[in-house]
Amino acid sequence: MQRRHEDIKFADVNNDIVRSLVETGPRYYVTLAIAVLITLACFFFPWFYQLYYGIGAAGMNHPTVWGTYLASFIFWIGLSHSGTLLSCVLHITNSEWRKAMYRSAEAMTLFSLMVAAMMVMVHVGRPWFIHWALPYPNQMELWPNFRSPLMFDVMAITTYLTGSSIFIYMGSIPDFAAVRDRTTGWRHHMYVLLSLGWRGTDTEWHRLGWAYTFLAVLIIPLAVSVHSIVSWDFAMSIVPSLHQTIFAPYFVVGAIYSGTAGIVTVMFVLRKYMNFEHYITKVHFDNLGKLLLALSLIWTYINVVEVFTGWYSNDSAELESLRYKLFGFYAPLYWEMILFCAVAPLLLISKRFRTSFVPMLILSIAINIGMYTERFLIVGTSLSRQYLPDSWGVYVPSLVELSILVGSIAMFCTLFLVFVKIFPSVSIYEVKETLPAPDEGKTQWQATH
Amino acid sequence: MSLIDDFLARWHEYRRPGYYEEFDYHWTMTVDLDRCTGCEACVTACQAENNTPIVGEDAIARGRHMQWMRVERYWEGEYPDVKLRAIPMFCQHCDAAPCETVCPVSATYHNQDGLNAQIYNRCIGTRSCAVYCPYEVRYFNYNNHHWDEPLDQQLNPDVSVREKGVMEKCTFCIQRIRQAKDAAKDDGRRRVQDGEVQPACVQTCPTEALVFGDRKDPDSAVSLMLGNERAYTVLEELNTDPSVVYLKKVDADAA
Repeated sequence: MQRRHEDIKFADVNNDIVRSLVETGPRYYVTLAIAVLITLACFFFPWFYQLYYGIGAAGMNHPTVWGTYLASFIFWIGLSHSGTLLSCVLHITNSEWRKAMYRSAEAMTLFSLMVAAMMVMVHVGRPWFIHWALPYPNQMELWPNFRSPLMFDVMAITTYLTGSSIFIYMGSIPDFAAVRDRTTGWRHHMYVLLSLGWRGTDTEWHRLGWAYTFLAVLIIPLAVSVHSIVSWDFAMSIVPSLHQTIFAPYFVVGAIYSGTAGIVTVMFVLRKYMNFEHYITKVHFDNLGKLLLALSLIWTYINVVEVFTGWYSNDSAELESLRYKLFGFYAPLYWEMILFCAVAPLLLISKRFRTSFVPMLILSIAINIGMYTERFLIVGTSLSRQYLPDSWGVYVPSLVELSILVGSIAMFCTLFLVFVKIFPSVSIYEVKETLPAPDEGKTQWQATH
Repeated sequence: MSLIDDFLARWHEYRRPGYYEEFDYHWTMTVDLDRCTGCEACVTACQAENNTPIVGEDAIARGRHMQWMRVERYWEGEYPDVKLRAIPMFCQHCDAAPCETVCPVSATYHNQDGLNAQIYNRCIGTRSCAVYCPYEVRYFNYNNHHWDEPLDQQLNPDVSVREKGVMEKCTFCIQRIRQAKDAAKDDGRRRVQDGEVQPACVQTCPTEALVFGDRKDPDSAVSLMLGNERAYTVLEELNTDPSVVYLKKVDADAA
């Protein structure tokens, strides 16, 4: 039965969302099984092969020593951006429409960060020594290199992961308590632990509100710093077309852009398969569509700036790098990116497009394909054309790399599928804040009689 | 408190200008392109000295050659009026090396003799040093290599064999420098004399295009070459301050 948003009662919110946690159909198990199988077969199996054989299992070669693994890393970090960042910004600006969607957006942040961390493990030559990049006290007094942007990266991502985990968990405590009171058996025990003895007193709500806003303010600059630092991995090199000051804002905008598109995709799926039609409505798609349009324009602007900066420099290496990007071996990918990320999003100008679900889904997926291409091009084209023409080369990803890319998407889906059965994926208490108070009608009745 | 003081003291030590000047050596190589014939004997010598693996046909086709030293060939003009420019290219041991700042685990660092050293055991294989190097002279071990039956007997015992996932590059034959230093110490001398140590490429070069020595010694062969008006460094505009100095080829037509 289709209900309108205004007709929902407080009890319905609890019922609907607890139902999404406890009632699990066969379709869920089949999807989960497929996701787990793909993760094992396409991610872990090729990765173990690569651990045994060496990075040579991937397609990287002498000038292009970075490849799709690093592109995937930036992509997942980028995807992680919108969730918590957007949720924080909207929380501070008191946007009502945030309340139904922020939990799943934050979960997206968390899981894409985890997948990004896995991509680092896949990327490095000797992942069994990856802990050397962490500053832990040791008897040999060996420390990581504090001058290295990669080292900043490790720090920034760890901080962001910690911050986002605390943020999503803290925001869920009242919901865990609500679910705790309505479940039995092992679920009840789990939620007793997770809700940390929440009773719903005024003091508790007050403290939660204060701490939540505090964290939101803290996380915004943190999120901006994370992708700036990721961009420094590239911008701090002296590789032509990577050594650019625009890279930090470029990466941050790109990250929020692909992340917002990711939220649209996730919301479509949640709406469709978790039966949240009356919580996630056209309003959300409309607002996210406007945001996407603004982001796509900023993104296009930065791309134009990047091209013109290279052109005006009139430096031979820079010009060659630019020529190769626009018209070289990878040119079809470049124009595909322009089509998906700069031209297609112009459709969002139309309100009818923004409020249609399926076209929005298709566009959001197209944007993320384009954004993945962007990350691949940043790594691929720049490294193939550097200063010495003798060391020019072409890089094509191998089957192992493509398989790991598919596997990483499946890993993200697996994590998300587990999430929707443990966390209330729509915030119970914040959705209630958007509904009319239960006694409102009664008060009116009393006033008129 | 003492921890912070200690850190600051080390920081100032590290940031002191001329820090490297206090050490005995600043190893430098000059490459006289006018003498270089592009014969690639240096490439072979390097391969033999440093246990660089022979990667095989497939790996070469995939662009995964391992040559710490390579001779780059550039052709000028249209056929039949063509000229070959051969430039030996190997680690430039930059004093302001981009690769050193980027390694998250400090597997590559500048040692006290002005060498850009690589610690294989510390390397975790992020390959960022190879991206940051503008000379493309860092080579990555994409897999473990093996040497067929008789060849494994000729491996140099003074040089380690690198495993998969590790970056490697020219060391200026650091094992030979170490031996020369030890020999000098045994003789009761403080410094290695000019000409006592030669990397494998320099030793092999039939036209003596390569000269190796200590820039700190004003009378060394290499110091004399540095004053040459043909001297330049590759990609000077990047300010990497390389320790390898090239001498420009004299064009017979232009003269």
